[in-house]
Amino acid sequence: MNESGLIVARNIVKRYGRKRVLNGVEMCVPQGQVMALLGPNGAGKSTLLRIISGLAKPDRGEILLGGVSTRKAGHEIRRYIGLVAHAPLLYDNLSAWDNLHFFARLYDIQQPAARVEAVLRAVDLWTRRHDPVRTYSRGMTQRLAIGRAILHDPPVLLLDEPDTGLDPSSAETLAQLIRMLSSGRRAILLTTHNLERAIAWADSISLLADGKIIWSTATEGLTSEKLRQAMTELEV
Amino acid sequence: MGKKALSAEPPPLHSAPIDLAAHPIAMRLNGGVLAYLGKVAAVLLKDVRAELRGREIFSTMTAFSVLAVLIFGMAFDLRVPRAEMIAPGVLWVVVLFTGVLGLNRSFGAEVDRGTLPSLLLAPVDRSAIYFGKMLANLIFTLATALVILAVMFFIFDLNLFQPYNLAAMLLGVIGYVGVGTLFAALTANSRARETLLPILLLPVMVPVFVSGVALTAGVLDGKAWEDLSQWFGILAAFDAIFIVVAYLLFDLIWEDA
Repeated sequence: MNESGLIVARNIVKRYGRKRVLNGVEMCVPQGQVMALLGPNGAGKSTLLRIISGLAKPDRGEILLGGVSTRKAGHEIRRYIGLVAHAPLLYDNLSAWDNLHFFARLYDIQQPAARVEAVLRAVDLWTRRHDPVRTYSRGMTQRLAIGRAILHDPPVLLLDEPDTGLDPSSAETLAQLIRMLSSGRRAILLTTHNLERAIAWADSISLLADGKIIWSTATEGLTSEKLRQAMTELEV
Repeated sequence: MGKKALSAEPPPLHSAPIDLAAHPIAMRLNGGVLAYLGKVAAVLLKDVRAELRGREIFSTMTAFSVLAVLIFGMAFDLRVPRAEMIAPGVLWVVVLFTGVLGLNRSFGAEVDRGTLPSLLLAPVDRSAIYFGKMLANLIFTLATALVILAVMFFIFDLNLFQPYNLAAMLLGVIGYVGVGTLFAALTANSRARETLLPILLLPVMVPVFVSGVALTAGVLDGKAWEDLSQWFGILAAFDAIFIVVAYLLFDLIWEDA
């Protein structure tokens, strides 16, 4: 197992009650790479992302971010993580500006106004910055959720089904954002049910089933038909 | 940045994406006490701003407290010869019961809106979240307490806006929201949090309730500082002990949020 990745999972085990959701997950996402995590509903994709982000603790195993164990690190390690979850993690009665400004203060960002402006322009919400988030469409909310996740420029970005419920236009905007974010020093781990998008957005794909990574491959030369065939053979 | 300083509207993203790498950020690491207080203030201001926009907590607390005082007024009007006999009890019962409404929303709203993880993901000592929330609860509860005092002035014809009584209410409410914010965090993820919070919280608040009632009664009876000081001492000790305990325990609550 390559341990030089920016995101490394070592033998992650997680139980909820008697159910073992993750059963020894080993994974590595190198710097500058995007990995798509595929698997059926209930496979443990979201749980794995929650563990990597620090929102949940594994029963066994450890997560290394940039070589640092999240178990041993203090709360400063959270500075290196950006998470886009199922819920947008935004205050819907506040504006986009107020939301991002609040998080900029929590992350100790110096000159927060300049950074908030840059992010709002990057996610194309500058013209709606003073509107309450509850008035946004699903696509706009998702763009703002990504804006919140990248506000502090984290090297580790976790996207949990970011394309769910988006129309094709919003999905294309999201694809542009991911392409922009994937260049350079970041490692991105995303989950999706859309095989075409997984191939288009990611450098590698891993299949999670029965609590383990059962198959991994690079996306170069991979087609959705080949991927679908592999998943069928693996009974995923 | 004020609205006047905003530059021209940008082109849409799909034609000209902004390169975030061109906007490097700087973060203050280990900023010490000032950075910590800044985060407490950020949480406090966020809660106050959200309340000003949504008017969810204060309006509910105020409406409930006014109704509760009116009902107590009608209930005791026929049988109690002097309002001073029941006013201290009415005041503190209404404050405690009204406060639960606000405390329930403190973390309950974060859970309902799905925003709690965003707070927990921030590189913040979680006690800063506790103190920010506690101060917001303190403002909402004190503001409601002032409304209660005003309503009692009209219903019972009693002036409770007296310095010792106001000091007692301040100390009592600090202890109340100090413990209440911790318990609100504990119960936030429970489906039964509306019933669980008062069941857990109110028994712990007995020292605050007894001291508060004794102080308000003492003020109405015109007692001197020497007679009241022991009750103030109990309230101050309660505040100090439970806020330190909450500070120490708060991080543990969210270990597996």
